[in-house]
Amino acid sequence: MEISNNQLLRFTTAGSVDDGKSTLIGRLLYDSKSIFEDQLESIEATSKRRGHEGVDLALFTDGLRDEREQGITIDVAYRYFATPKRKFIIADTPGHIQYTRNMVTGASTANAAIILIDARNGVVEQTKRHSYIASLLQIPHVIVCVNKMDLVNYDEEAYNSIVSQYESILSKMAIKDVRFIPISALNGDNVVERSENMNWFMGAPLLATLETLHISSDLNKIDARFPVQTVIRPQTEAYHDYRAYAGRLESGILRKGDEVTALPSGFSSKIKSIVVYEKELDEAFAPMSVSITLEDDIDISRGDMIVRINNQPKKVQEFDAMICWLSSAQARPRGKYSIRHTTNEQKSMIVESVYKIDINTLERNTDDQTISMNDICRIKIKTTKPLMVDEYRDNRATGSFILIDDSTNETVAAGMII
Amino acid sequence: MTKYYLNYIEELESEAIFVLREVAAQFQNPVILFSGGKDSIVVTHLAKKAFYPAKIPFALLHVDTGHNFPETILFRDQLVKELGATLLVGSVQKSIDEGRVSEEKGKNASRNILQITTLLDTIEELQIDCAIGGGRRDEEKARAKERFFSHRDDFGQWDPKNQRAELWNLFNGKYFPGEHFRAFPISNWTEMDVWNYILKEKIAIPSLYFAHEREVIWRNNSWIPVSEHLQIDSEESIAKKIIRFRTLGDITITGGIESEADTLEKIVEEVAAMRQTERGNRADDKRSESSMEDRKREGYF
Repeated sequence: MEISNNQLLRFTTAGSVDDGKSTLIGRLLYDSKSIFEDQLESIEATSKRRGHEGVDLALFTDGLRDEREQGITIDVAYRYFATPKRKFIIADTPGHIQYTRNMVTGASTANAAIILIDARNGVVEQTKRHSYIASLLQIPHVIVCVNKMDLVNYDEEAYNSIVSQYESILSKMAIKDVRFIPISALNGDNVVERSENMNWFMGAPLLATLETLHISSDLNKIDARFPVQTVIRPQTEAYHDYRAYAGRLESGILRKGDEVTALPSGFSSKIKSIVVYEKELDEAFAPMSVSITLEDDIDISRGDMIVRINNQPKKVQEFDAMICWLSSAQARPRGKYSIRHTTNEQKSMIVESVYKIDINTLERNTDDQTISMNDICRIKIKTTKPLMVDEYRDNRATGSFILIDDSTNETVAAGMII
Repeated sequence: MTKYYLNYIEELESEAIFVLREVAAQFQNPVILFSGGKDSIVVTHLAKKAFYPAKIPFALLHVDTGHNFPETILFRDQLVKELGATLLVGSVQKSIDEGRVSEEKGKNASRNILQITTLLDTIEELQIDCAIGGGRRDEEKARAKERFFSHRDDFGQWDPKNQRAELWNLFNGKYFPGEHFRAFPISNWTEMDVWNYILKEKIAIPSLYFAHEREVIWRNNSWIPVSEHLQIDSEESIAKKIIRFRTLGDITITGGIESEADTLEKIVEEVAAMRQTERGNRADDKRSESSMEDRKREGYF
């Protein structure tokens, strides 16, 4: 048996208790034969004990005890399955407004988002909320599944009207790739198998769509950004003066011999070698973890960034960002927080809250200056030392940051640099 | 033309190496929780790759239940020697002798839960601020919600309802005195991925994973190996079977499966065809629907 050359696709599913999200995931796992016998037995027993008819597919995705008791998903749960074409990681997040922060978390690493719409209800506030988050977090691909088609008699017109409703809200978003699929998660229509009940639908079923989304161009391959995590110094006889910078190439490509600059110092050198364990490579590309040695002995440490001389990020000390507030404690006015950006950490201060987004109406509120849990705001922020940044929409890794409250050590905000 | 993308196993490897380097950078005294099982072996291998040509910057911590497979201990000692790493051992027997915990009684008794106290005592005593584990989110439903960097309070407890948000790849490993972290670099791997990786990297693993003949008894739907630590009922009979183990834990509760898979290739094929999750053979998870969650809250691996 060979290791396949399949790619990994990370996708997020946002939805609420009623729109069939758990059933959809259960269906994907079940129909792709990713559920083991003992899991199935355990869930059959639970379904029976609770008096459900048949196997409740939603139970596959229920994690913690509180959720099993309350029947809701309260945190991000990760699920795994693979088909002969791809490996998948699902970030399963709750869809209710009070869990915005969890949706943002799940969306932060996703290549794709599945947005569920109940065919009976059409586009509702929650649909806007989920789409806005997908847009804010710049998820490259969005798949809108119009679910519960069985409850509207698999009617093409019902589906078309929801598609056009959705297209009208899209104008307010920055989503690059949107697809629509009419499904019934409960009955399996257009999930794994093409639906016989909807011959009018010419597109591919959900799983085939997930298997073929073109994702290798999603990562920025232009701007080489190598944040240094740690310095490797063996200090042994054989490697006496060896000094390598370990990190992950977050975007772009670096080659042996490239002229590079270390930021923030600005000292330049050439790449002497790119090392992965016992191998030396001619080039590295994102998202490879490698270590790099340079021709010259310049001072580089954790938090610094190695980039090409002629393609550098912006050096900023005061900037605008969209943030999602994650903590139950409100942001302190002009509050000071630690900011973590790539592998760099500094102190920062929220200078001003510019506006807050009402994520149900997508309207801006400039009157309310408070920043509370689940709020999405545009802020001005200042740091004690300059950061090397790109705009989030150009580069997720160098355009994102988190804020940490030093009095609790909690991660209180997720930020995207504008 | 060069393909500028990683396949899934390369991407998972890169992610795990990134996490291990973050641990080394963010903590003062991190260790790898080393059980001798395949997951901790893979984590150790990844650490070797992450810091090459330097030695791994982590000691290996083995929480020794005293109920070991001798093969595991042999393997452990060899690996430590090869890595030039430090081995730390927390002894459950010592915790029992000192009265910190009392041994469970009865035929299903296991030292599994007792490990929690030994582990937490060792972490406290040695001032370990991050224990790196081979836990994977696909293993069990409570683990599906684990973070890469998982905070533990000063009682060593995990609060699943109040976990720190973890976005992008920005890990927050800040803690107050007495608290510590668990880090899970292979969170996103499945059992299949682990085996494929072992095969790809030709990583040495204990002989117990390969099919071999062994004296066993049939209990809780799996073949439990006969050992000096096992209490055998009068109704239970000893049989000789060709078996192998899918996970390695406490010898009294780790069940084997009948298998002919005696090479890595055959194991990978067998795992691919398998219809039972690997923890399905662990009696410790069968006690109640939420037994893993309960143990994790207390400070389990």
